[in-house]
Amino acid sequence: MEKNVQHVCLAGEFTIFTAATMREQLLAGFDGADEVEVDLAQVSEIDSAGVQLMVAAKQEAAAQKKVLRFSGHSSAVLDTIDLCSLAAYFGDPVLIHSPA
Amino acid sequence: MNLDDALQTFIVEARELLEQMEEALLRIEQTPDDPDTINAIFRAAHTIKGSAGLFGMDHIVSFTHAAESVLDKVRSAELRISSELVALFLSVCDHIGVLIGHVAEGSEPDAAVRQASAELAAKLRACLGQPQDAAKPGAPAKLAANLAQAAPRSEAGGVDTDNWHISLRFNRDVLRNGMDPLAFIRYLTTFGKIVHIVTLVDAVPALSSIDPEDCYLGFEIGYQSDADKAAIEGAFEFVRDDANIFILPPHSKISEYLRLIDNLPQEELRLGEILVRCGTLTQAELDRVLSRQAAEAVNEAPRPIGEVLVEQNLVRPPVVEAALDKQKQIKEHKATEGSLIRVNAEKLDEHINLIGELIIASASASLIAQRTNLPELSEASARLSRLVEEVRDSALTLRMVQIGATFNKFQRVVRDMSAELKKDIHLEISGAETELDKTVVEKIGDPLTHLVRNSLDHGIEPAEVRAARGKPAHGTIRLNAYHDSGSIVIEVADDGGGLNKQRILNKAVERGLVKPEQILSDSEIHQLIFEPGFSTMEQVSNLSGRGVGMDVVRRNIVALRGSVEIDSVEGAGTTMRIRLPLTLAIIDGFLVGVAASSFVVPLDMVVECVELSTEETQAAQGRDHLNLRGEVLPFIRLKDLFDIPEPPPPVINPADENFLATLSALPGFASTGVILTAEGAAALAADPELVFLLHPVKRENVVVVQYAGHRAGLVVENLLGEYQTVIRPLGEVFNGLEGISGFTILGNGHVALILDVPGLVRRVATRDRQRHAGNRRDIAQTDEPRQLGRAPSMLDRDFVPA
Repeated sequence: MEKNVQHVCLAGEFTIFTAATMREQLLAGFDGADEVEVDLAQVSEIDSAGVQLMVAAKQEAAAQKKVLRFSGHSSAVLDTIDLCSLAAYFGDPVLIHSPA
Repeated sequence: MNLDDALQTFIVEARELLEQMEEALLRIEQTPDDPDTINAIFRAAHTIKGSAGLFGMDHIVSFTHAAESVLDKVRSAELRISSELVALFLSVCDHIGVLIGHVAEGSEPDAAVRQASAELAAKLRACLGQPQDAAKPGAPAKLAANLAQAAPRSEAGGVDTDNWHISLRFNRDVLRNGMDPLAFIRYLTTFGKIVHIVTLVDAVPALSSIDPEDCYLGFEIGYQSDADKAAIEGAFEFVRDDANIFILPPHSKISEYLRLIDNLPQEELRLGEILVRCGTLTQAELDRVLSRQAAEAVNEAPRPIGEVLVEQNLVRPPVVEAALDKQKQIKEHKATEGSLIRVNAEKLDEHINLIGELIIASASASLIAQRTNLPELSEASARLSRLVEEVRDSALTLRMVQIGATFNKFQRVVRDMSAELKKDIHLEISGAETELDKTVVEKIGDPLTHLVRNSLDHGIEPAEVRAARGKPAHGTIRLNAYHDSGSIVIEVADDGGGLNKQRILNKAVERGLVKPEQILSDSEIHQLIFEPGFSTMEQVSNLSGRGVGMDVVRRNIVALRGSVEIDSVEGAGTTMRIRLPLTLAIIDGFLVGVAASSFVVPLDMVVECVELSTEETQAAQGRDHLNLRGEVLPFIRLKDLFDIPEPPPPVINPADENFLATLSALPGFASTGVILTAEGAAALAADPELVFLLHPVKRENVVVVQYAGHRAGLVVENLLGEYQTVIRPLGEVFNGLEGISGFTILGNGHVALILDVPGLVRRVATRDRQRHAGNRRDIAQTDEPRQLGRAPSMLDRDFVPA
């Protein structure tokens, strides 16, 4: 049986100002899905609230025994994840980010 | 949980912690080097600081921080516990209590309190400064010794890492306040290098339950920089109120790291992680240890990671110990958390009230069941009553607390006062596990304090006097508690000089309380000190002796339905014995009837019931004494005491007039007031001797009650059996009523008065003594007739229960 993969695309600011809507979007992604893939390519800016939501999504996936992947990390996201050294925590394959 | 609830919890916890701290401080004077006690003090200060930080109470945080720093030195044995230090910390403890009090009231500390804060903080800082000062010439030798002891430790105490360690815990609201934690970390990179960073995500909830605007993050950062501490602190300038920030400079002492470990939030952390997070070792080092542990596991039982780490010289033993301690504490904390629930006292009171109603309802149900004569119904109602009784008992135990906590407070009182009075006094406590109602405990504190202060001040003699009397130089005060027939007895005993009977008597005569020719028993003389404004002290001290107090003590105790008595032997000591009911709400009662009225006697005080035969009444010759198996038992007739009228005679049927005309001619019949059937009347007419049958069998019974060692009889007409009762207080109007302590509602809706047995027993005892005194000496006119005659007038005559 084929797995039901949902795609969620987050775009623009992923910050405290958009946190509530972003949370809804992410939650909607979990609805009826076995696997959730979150595309972060369009994220222009991310702050602590955003990082927190990514962690929360990860926890949610674990709680629901579902697979969650983040993909296409924009440079803003990569930079922040690097800063917090959370890359290992998320465990998603990311493009090597070359220091500018 | 909203913030207000959390704040309440904080206040309650802080007070508990302060109590523990005080207790530990008092203990440590005896055992100055006990690490457990030192840790207990440290933890209390530390937890208060941490929680106060969460609520942004900066003044408490900064003050407790100063205290904590000194305690830390004590913990690392750089400072030794001395009695000055204990005294300083006791005042610190009190001061934190004052600060917490302001939080509880929602008020800001005033200038005086802030001044006190500053002074105490300065003293604490002075303690911290001592080791350095000691190096200067002219410093006291003791301090030099301290330094010598401390020096090697602090040298060995450094951690190898040459990085700064920054530990950040952000408050929930930091994002809402417009600040982004990551921005501060980014700012750090502008003047240094983040060597390693651990983002703490354990607190982040799952997506479905997260509040996206709350902040759940924390960071542990190893940071390399040439900047000074002020500069690094400056980076967090704007977030200082919204976060817990710890910055440890490179090569910080191990103790600093230990403190950090203690400070970590209460989450289940693995040992390795704790160490990594503190920057004590790197992830790589930890991984190496873990792989080694795994390899060994193949051959032998796995060894604790802490041991492996020490063996590999990766961490120093103290750090591992602290980490292990932390783990253990978290587990223990969770265990106790599971077994205790904090309940609002009001909810508990409401619950007890409802149970009171339940008892009344169940009594009325069983009354109806009895009337219906249905066995099934009776059985069901009996079962119900039994369950209700059990529910009542278990509900009452909910309110029970041990008296030990109250007793322990006196350690401090005794310590402070003996210092002030320059006496050496020890406090001995026994029976601390005795339980009694929480309301009683709360109300007994003040009277007890008064008694203890009195013993300290007046009871225990100065050392020279003690020596002259051949007593040990240090005085002893004993607090003891035990259960005794439904009451709790609390004793305050001292081995001091005892009460000076002659002086009390002289004073009483001088004040006109006693006539010079009156002969009083020892206990009567002792009781005189409870008279308002009575003090025999020639010199009034700062602590007691102003002549206010003992009467207030007695009033407070009587208000709790208790009593106080004194045993005193001149030269050997005094024992004050307070007797209190276990609970104020519900009692097991014994229901008795007099004419149409019902009364309840608390069952705990009932010894037995005997019949009062006519012969005995006659033998008593109106003296109100009874020969009970060879013992003299004074008694009171409730009927006389409460002036209860005879029930009205039955209405006479006019149709029977003929019979009655005949009958009333019979001797002794008129008084019976009985209506006869035709057969009865005929039989009676045939044999007039039968008339005695018509006298209603009017037996009197004596309920023998006992209170505080005295026995008395209450003469009643009917014994109606056991009865569970909810005590309801009498209204304001009946406040001065003697002999009655409350009322209750019976199953049939009638009111029954609850007898105040202690009051009645006291009355009987006084009457007795006065009579004896009168017999012994003719001069002292006996008050007895007046006393008895006054009794009914004590009651509002209109207030005769229906």
